[in-house]
Amino acid sequence: MILSLIKKEFLLEFRQKSTIGGVLVYVIGTIFVSALCFKGRLDKPTWNALFWVITLYTSVTISGKSFLKETGGQALYNYLHYSPTHFIISKTIYNMVFMLALSFITFFFYAFFIKNEVENLGLFLVVLTLASTGLAAILSLMSAIASKANGNFAIMSILSFPVLMPLILVVIRISKQAVDGIEWAGVGFNFIGILVALNVLTIALSFLLFPYLWRD
Amino acid sequence: MKNWYKILSVIFILYTLVWGLLNPVPRLDILNETIRNVYYHVPIWFAMLFMMTVSLIQSILTLTKNNLQHDTKAYNAALVGFFFSLPGLTTGSIWAKYTWGTWWTFQDPKLNGVAISILIYLAYFILRYSVDDEMKRARISAVYNVFAFVMMNVFIMILPRLTDSLHPGNGGNPAFAQYDMDNNMRMIFYPAVLGWVFFSFWLYSIKNRISFIKNKLND
Repeated sequence: MILSLIKKEFLLEFRQKSTIGGVLVYVIGTIFVSALCFKGRLDKPTWNALFWVITLYTSVTISGKSFLKETGGQALYNYLHYSPTHFIISKTIYNMVFMLALSFITFFFYAFFIKNEVENLGLFLVVLTLASTGLAAILSLMSAIASKANGNFAIMSILSFPVLMPLILVVIRISKQAVDGIEWAGVGFNFIGILVALNVLTIALSFLLFPYLWRD
Repeated sequence: MKNWYKILSVIFILYTLVWGLLNPVPRLDILNETIRNVYYHVPIWFAMLFMMTVSLIQSILTLTKNNLQHDTKAYNAALVGFFFSLPGLTTGSIWAKYTWGTWWTFQDPKLNGVAISILIYLAYFILRYSVDDEMKRARISAVYNVFAFVMMNVFIMILPRLTDSLHPGNGGNPAFAQYDMDNNMRMIFYPAVLGWVFFSFWLYSIKNRISFIKNKLND
C-alpha cells in the first residue's frame, strides 16, 4: 500500500513537468543570484551559512506544497481509500527522496557557480543526507497542518521555521566541521547522533499525530 | 481548603522578595550580588516550563478525548506560559548585562532556544487565529502544540548540555549543585520556585474561569 502511494506521488510529479522543472530553475536561479551578489568573496563560515539558507528555503518551498493539492475532493478520496499512517509515511518517504535528490543538485551547482570549500567531503555528504531527510520529515507534517489551516503559504513558513531551528543549528555546526576539514576522529559524533534522533523522533511523532489531522 | 496554593504562592513570593534581598549570599567572582537574581530569574522560567507542560497535557487530552474544554485549557496555559517568558527574558537580559557585559548574546544556546520557543508559541497562537471551525482548530493546534513542545525541549534541554554555554550547569553536568548555591540560598530558591509555579497555576485557573463564563454567555 505504501509502495503504491509512493509510486502515485512520483507519477504525479513527473507527469507535471512544470513543477519539477520549476524547482530546478528556482534552485539554480537562487544560486546564480547569490554567486553574482558575492562574486566569489566568501569565507568559509559565510559559505556554510549561505548554503544552508538556500537549502532551507528550497525545502520549505518544495515540501510546503506536498499537501496543498490534497484538499477538497482529493482529500475525501484519500480518506476513503487509504489509512492515515500509510499516507503520512508514503508522503514523508517521497519528500525525503525528492529532497535528497534536490539537495545534492543544489550542492553540485553551489560548488560549480560559487566554489567548493568542503574539505571533508564524506562528512559533508553524511550531514547533507541526514539534513535533507530531517527537513523533509518535519516539513511533511507541517505541510499537513498548514493545508488544514486554509493552506496559505505564510502559515507554512511561520509554523515550520521555529521547529526547524534545532535541526538547522546542529546541521550548521557539523557542516562547519566538514568545511573546515576536521579529521574523522575529531568529529562531534554526538551531534550526528542528535540528527539521527531528530529524524526518528519526527517520523514517530508524524506517525502518532497525523491520524488526528486526517478527519475533516 | 482548595485555595491553599494561592495563599502559599503569595507567602512564598513575598518571602523571597524580601528575604532574597536581605539574606547573606556567597561572594563569587563576576556574579557578586547579582547572584540574588537566581531567586527571580530561574523560578520564572520554571513557571513557564510548568505552564507549557500543562498545555502539552491538555493538548494530548484534546486529541484523545476530542473535547473542546481541554483545547481552551491548553490555549490558556500556553498564554500564561508565554506571559511568563517575558519577565524571564527581561530579568535574564538585565543579569546578562551585569555579568557577561551584554544584553543579548548569540553564543549561548539557551538564549537562542528561548527565542525560538517564543517564536514557536507565537506560531501556535497565529495558527489558532487562522482556523475558524472550533473542532478543527482544537485538533490542528493540539497536533502542532505536541510537536512544537518536543522540538522546544530538544532545543532548551538537550542542545545546551552538549555545547559550551555561559549558563551554569551546562557544557557537561546539568546538576543543580553547579549553581554554586549554599544552604542559605536553597532556603530561598526552593520556596521561590514553588511560589512562582503556584502563581502561574493561579493565573491559569483564573483564565479558565473567564473562558468558561464567556462560553456560557455565548451559548
